[in-house]
Amino acid sequence: MSRREDILGRVREALSVPSDAGVRAESGEGVRDVREARAFMPSGGNSPEERLAIFRALAEKLKAEVAVFGSIEEAKAVLAAWVEKEGWTRVGSHHHALTDALLANGAAEVTWTDGEPSVDELERLPVGISACEALIAQTGSVLVTNRGCGGRALSVLPPHHIVIATRDQLLPDMLAGFDVLQERYGDKPPSLISFITGASRTGDIERILVLGAHGPKRLSIWIVD
Amino acid sequence: MTSPAAQFKSETVESTKDFDHRKWMQGALAGYEVTRGGTEATFGDFEAARKTAAAIKWDAIEGLEGYLGAFADKLESRGTKVFWAANGYEAVDYILDVCRKKQAKKIIKSKCMTTEEIHLNPALERAGMEVVESDLGEYIVQLKKEAPFHFVFPAMHLKRDVISKLFEENLGTAPSDDPEELTMIARRVMRRKYCEADVGISGANFAVADSGMISITENEGNARLTTSLPKVHIAVMGIEKVVPKLEDLSVMLQMLGTAGTGQWLTAYNSMIGGPRQPGETDGPEEFHVVLLDNHRTKLLADPEQRDALRCIRCGACLNVCPIFKNIGGHNYGTTYQGPIGSVITPHLRGLQSYKHLSFSSSLCGACTETCPVKIDLHHHLMRNRRNSVQEKGGTVERWMFGQFVKLMTNPKKYRGGEGMMRLGAKLWSPIKGTKVDPLKAWTASRDLPAPAPKSFMKQWEEKKNREKNGGVS
Repeated sequence: MSRREDILGRVREALSVPSDAGVRAESGEGVRDVREARAFMPSGGNSPEERLAIFRALAEKLKAEVAVFGSIEEAKAVLAAWVEKEGWTRVGSHHHALTDALLANGAAEVTWTDGEPSVDELERLPVGISACEALIAQTGSVLVTNRGCGGRALSVLPPHHIVIATRDQLLPDMLAGFDVLQERYGDKPPSLISFITGASRTGDIERILVLGAHGPKRLSIWIVD
Repeated sequence: MTSPAAQFKSETVESTKDFDHRKWMQGALAGYEVTRGGTEATFGDFEAARKTAAAIKWDAIEGLEGYLGAFADKLESRGTKVFWAANGYEAVDYILDVCRKKQAKKIIKSKCMTTEEIHLNPALERAGMEVVESDLGEYIVQLKKEAPFHFVFPAMHLKRDVISKLFEENLGTAPSDDPEELTMIARRVMRRKYCEADVGISGANFAVADSGMISITENEGNARLTTSLPKVHIAVMGIEKVVPKLEDLSVMLQMLGTAGTGQWLTAYNSMIGGPRQPGETDGPEEFHVVLLDNHRTKLLADPEQRDALRCIRCGACLNVCPIFKNIGGHNYGTTYQGPIGSVITPHLRGLQSYKHLSFSSSLCGACTETCPVKIDLHHHLMRNRRNSVQEKGGTVERWMFGQFVKLMTNPKKYRGGEGMMRLGAKLWSPIKGTKVDPLKAWTASRDLPAPAPKSFMKQWEEKKNREKNGGVS
């Protein structure tokens, strides 16, 4: 018998006796379908304006910086100023309509993750600039995948992560985020999906909040109209 | 060797006397309930959401056979190697084998209680590999050569000066009393480790059946790095981690964040469905998933207590438990501390050896109240007590309770007993708390109030008499 059959056989045998009805009743008759349970969860807002307000409030509570730009030109100007101020000679990014536009004729050299740079090259980057799959109002999260957002390392290894998104990428809740991925990738999902909610943090020393434990210390979310 | 029960007792006697330590733990956990309360209030209906989370995990556990099969099939179809381990030894052997085949010298780990359960780190170290825990709390207790104190907050018992000293001794860094500076020391050390590691080992918070993905919840980003940079990723998890559908995570991840730390969502919630796929630019070449039974099917076979396999290891029951808050995590002597540990450890390691944990409870029910998936925790503690007695009844206890029943069901004897007690209390008061006190074990850390001079019945009788004689009440 294979190991798999052995363990699954034990599971089957264990479950041949139904669960105690009294114990089961203790946890109540919950709504099983998460779509029906949507209203129980925190709200992501009912209009695009509400969504943006909730998203901004939550993300900023977690020390992420949220900026809304009227055009990609405005975002380019801010990036150029930051490159100057922070002294970035090189930034990391990946090819995507938004990042390409942002970095066209840019002030800094770009390491493109599409070219599969080494881990050491990536580790030296002061900033990673990526697109995202969606923004989630309900939780103030950025939804990324490795396929659509420059790989696994770009959004977590550099100490500063800049996300560039369009306003229509802002979704009400996590469930809508999963739906978008299903629509976009069907039964061939990317090997990594990640909801990024605020900058990297820890409270492991005396339960005191410190930003930038291992991932980015700084998370900037740029929303372009 | 002392038994787990004897060890628990002697350590607990000591730690309950340590008021500083008790105060420290309660202080560390004080913010939790406030933060969590605020987050719960943002839900449309938190109690209903909790019931949904409970229903999702009931579905998962009662349909475990099909869900586990689907999970493994889906993973394998995308190039992941799935290993089914009946026990800890098999799991450890498999992981060692994978590491040896890769000639791995350096291993980076992100937090995984299951690897604590199977004692993976010592085995890897004996095989000559360097193992580094990347989660800050885990790294600190690893340097201190201690077990995690709390399965969500592993180093919550250590103050900054101890941590600074540990870093000074092990890393040669300058002393600091600034938590941020100390965190940055670990950050700098760890970044080299991620880049150099041959193998990354992680746990999983959920195993998603319909899409063949594991889901990892964390705040630091260390799990993201552990599962992204090394060429090989091994994830180790118990078979109970299943949720049926990817969309179920839209409820479960927020419940885990809220119940675990009071945050509505932790910083990184990541789902991994395979090694690097064609067309992807980075990620491990190999992805192994180790599914561990290790007596979980034994717990599953108990129709009353399989309920406990629905646990999502948020740690909320520890945070609110009056026992945990006073004795701390190390005294339990188990991988999983607190109420959930007291419930499941007897199933995983033997009822008679670990039944004492179920008796060491006030049965206040705070654990059941707080559990995000509504596990009937305090009743399970009572079920463990019952089962342990049924399996191996205590003759002395049975005789004592027999006498107790006789006393309580006979008014004459009961009243006689009252008189005896008052007399006893008088005789006892001069020796109370001294060396010859037969009740010293109790009075060393608690008080035993003197019985009221007159019983309620007696007082009532006198009041009635006064009224009858025209007095005012």
